[in-house]
Amino acid sequence: MNPILGHPIPISWYLLLSAVLFSLGVVGFLIKRNIITVFMSIELMLNAVNLSFVAFAHQWNAVKGQIFVFFVMMVAAAEAAVGLAIIIAIYRARATLAVDRIDLMKL
Amino acid sequence: MHLILFFIFSGCCLAGAVNLLLQSHPINSALSLIVVMSSLAVLYLLLGAEFLAAAQMIVYAGAVMVLFTFVVMLLNAGVEERTRGSRIARVIGFPAVVAILAVAATVILSAQGLTAAGVQQGITSTADLSRVLFHELLLPFEVTSDLILIAVLGAVALARKDGSAERQTGK
Repeated sequence: MNPILGHPIPISWYLLLSAVLFSLGVVGFLIKRNIITVFMSIELMLNAVNLSFVAFAHQWNAVKGQIFVFFVMMVAAAEAAVGLAIIIAIYRARATLAVDRIDLMKL
Repeated sequence: MHLILFFIFSGCCLAGAVNLLLQSHPINSALSLIVVMSSLAVLYLLLGAEFLAAAQMIVYAGAVMVLFTFVVMLLNAGVEERTRGSRIARVIGFPAVVAILAVAATVILSAQGLTAAGVQQGITSTADLSRVLFHELLLPFEVTSDLILIAVLGAVALARKDGSAERQTGK
């Protein structure tokens, strides 16, 4: 064991943290009633998955796992731009951000 | 040292995520999401992903969250009203969350290959990362740049005021 770097942390802890963060994101997606906060919960889920990618990349010394995270980040940035533009368009059309009032397509 | 940093920043991460759920004002949720993303950047550093830590800070905690806070302020989003939520969310959603968490935790904790993890402390340098990225994955990289360009154009097209609709309604 390297004395400078100290005790190694089991990768499973990172993966557990990732799973808990993902579940919190899903719960937020379900309970939040503001469309912006719902969108933030989606970002939280993406971040949780990124953490498990980085943990696995570290576990197997694989650079490609980190590159996958890089691509996820880029796609998430594009998704955030488009999603927020859609939210602005919805607000212009319906003058509300509450997801309960945006129910035209609800069965 | 690693252990202490891991506990501090994973605690920050979880606290920020729980706070995101508890806050009723979107701007508070956005700020706690920034805390989550910054703590995740430190965890990436602990895992030896230095470039990703920087990218996480710049892209996520910087650019994306600035976009979020900007939209929250632009739309003057107030305190959200709490409703009972949908029936489908209660019947299917929450049991599904518990099931996902239980299955993931069981699989992770019973995984055999993960026990010896973290001993070899490999730090992936940015040079290694970019070597793979620009030699083997150049085409996906370029395609992603196109994707971002299209997304920006789409965002501008979606968010701009629609002139034709105003003309039709006679404003």
